[in-house]
Amino acid sequence: MESTKSNPTLSQDGFWSRLRSGLARVPVIGWLAGGLCAVMVEYFLGDALSYYLGLPKIPVLFGFVTMLKKPLLIPSSTAYVILVYLIPLVAVGLLTAGPANRLAAFLHRRALWLSAIIHLVLLYTIIHIWSDISDYRLLLLKLTMIAIMLTLSINVINGYMGEFSCSHPGFMALGAYSASTMTLILFTNDKLFGPALLPPALGPYCYPLALIFGGVVAALGALVVAIPSFRTRGDYLAIISLAFMFIVKSVIENLEFVGGPRGMGSQPNWSNLPTVFVWTVLCVWVINNFVRSTMGKALNAVRDNEMAADAMTVDTRKTKIVTFMFGAFWAGVAGGLFAHVLRYVNPGTFGIQKLAEILAMVYFGGLNSVVGSVVGAVSINLLSEMLRPLELFKWIVIPLLLILVMIYRPTGLIAFREFDVRKILRPKQ
Amino acid sequence: MPLLQVRNMTHYFGGLRAVHNFNLVIEPGEIKGLIGPNGAGKTTIFNLITGIHTPTEGQIELEGQSLIGLKPHQVASRGLGRTFQNMLLWRHMNVLEHVKMAQYSQLDYGLLDAFFGTPRLQREEERVTREAMRLLELFDVAKYAEHLVGNLPYGAQRRVEMARAMATKPKILFLDEPTAGMTPEELVQMIGIIRQVHKDFGVAIFLIEHRLKFVMELCQSIQTLVFGEVIAEGPPEEIQNNPKVVEAYLGKEDIT
Repeated sequence: MESTKSNPTLSQDGFWSRLRSGLARVPVIGWLAGGLCAVMVEYFLGDALSYYLGLPKIPVLFGFVTMLKKPLLIPSSTAYVILVYLIPLVAVGLLTAGPANRLAAFLHRRALWLSAIIHLVLLYTIIHIWSDISDYRLLLLKLTMIAIMLTLSINVINGYMGEFSCSHPGFMALGAYSASTMTLILFTNDKLFGPALLPPALGPYCYPLALIFGGVVAALGALVVAIPSFRTRGDYLAIISLAFMFIVKSVIENLEFVGGPRGMGSQPNWSNLPTVFVWTVLCVWVINNFVRSTMGKALNAVRDNEMAADAMTVDTRKTKIVTFMFGAFWAGVAGGLFAHVLRYVNPGTFGIQKLAEILAMVYFGGLNSVVGSVVGAVSINLLSEMLRPLELFKWIVIPLLLILVMIYRPTGLIAFREFDVRKILRPKQ
Repeated sequence: MPLLQVRNMTHYFGGLRAVHNFNLVIEPGEIKGLIGPNGAGKTTIFNLITGIHTPTEGQIELEGQSLIGLKPHQVASRGLGRTFQNMLLWRHMNVLEHVKMAQYSQLDYGLLDAFFGTPRLQREEERVTREAMRLLELFDVAKYAEHLVGNLPYGAQRRVEMARAMATKPKILFLDEPTAGMTPEELVQMIGIIRQVHKDFGVAIFLIEHRLKFVMELCQSIQTLVFGEVIAEGPPEEIQNNPKVVEAYLGKEDIT
């Protein structure tokens, strides 16, 4: 700072604007390369670095938890984050901008799917290495990805079709319980259902089927909300969907064969990181395809004006049924994954608390937007973990943040934005 | 065979008789008008024929096939396009999406295609987009294709709505007060557009209007509706001089 004092405005302006224009030229693949470098640095040097900086161990969540617990460690945690994440990310991003752009241009000319797969593999490698540091990170990542699925699937109903549906925890519960029941009966020796019917070695291969089964059950349950939606909208449908959630919860509480209020445990540990990642990607891809097609745009037409949609040959009933079942399907799949991540579910999990969480994520991130859902799910999830040391105050800070977002961006952070993969992955000159 | 035939249509809202014994015959390529004071039941007649309400009594036939009991989207897919008095555009959708949306029933792909983005979906989307752009050019709103409808000038919104209605490939076009809220210049433009649609697409047109001048200029035949009943029917000159119509619009001459 001292050295630039002689001509502060000019040199600072020059530096920052050059940095900004430099960063603007980094394509997504360049950022991914930077991210890969950062997590590699942490993987190999993290322990040593945290020792020299006087940190008890590698800060798990970008140093936030450490900072809030022990304010004296703020400088060293900040230094750690800058050294391990910021510098490699920016440096590699800037330095490889040229080749990365050429690579992106090459991929851009080739098939889109190839480019997308390469990006996804890079992304997966990053999160895999990052989560290798601790089990806590692994769990957090899985739950975040499940939250992305939930947020996106509720966005289809609440955002794209504009119904206020509160039944998502119910759909999730249906999926979680159906998928768990299937895996427990068929592949596990457990207290509730006795010995496995099929050899457990087959299990991991049939796990997707169990998840799809969970999704289908949830989709069938969604009919209970979809059919009233032909005749009623808005507040009344919200009440119906809320009732649905409570019905599901109390039905499960009273079903003794799935454990009743005690819940259901000992699910096999099949929701590993790659499985959850693949399902999340699949969910984002399918939902994005759907909402961008003309058939999916019918959701918006029904939301903005149902009478006009009907007069323009849109089958509004079919659209509503499809939307509810489609949203519920993905919520069910997410529920199945969730049950196999925690390896224990009880009906209490799928109550009003869960609903508040999901709604907060979708409205924070932004309605009618795939990117918004991802941003909302990731930020609310990470925030609530990072602010954990604040204990009670966490539930003041996060709602306050939500209120602020609602004041300044009433439809959420990134609302009404199309998610065009081709545009995102393109080279930036 | 007439294109559209409505026979003895009567409709009650509870105890209120909104339409009484309404008859209508529309031949291919004809322009017909329906006039009447406020609250006469003009829009109700539109809503009855397009399937939003089901008439209490009477028959509605399009090319000899009954439309009674069909849902509005089914009626629309059979060739009965319409516009609305207050337009009812979709405010979060852009102009191109409006015209693509109206081709919903012509989409030749299923849900699975939409989920997985198959080549078939891409082919269809391209076809629908081409068709939509053609219509937008025709209605002179192609330059707004990527704009949200809310940001367009009023006249352009009206043209978008018309393009949207034409995208459903109608055999008859129902226009509900197409000049509502328009300036005199826009009105002249609108007459041009309707004539052009009539000529280029060869559709029959049935329109509701308040402004007598507009109806007189466009329509070959006019029906006058008062309190749900047709009081006069015939070519424009005849209607203009019909004492009953004059009475309905201007009131009775009070001699005493």
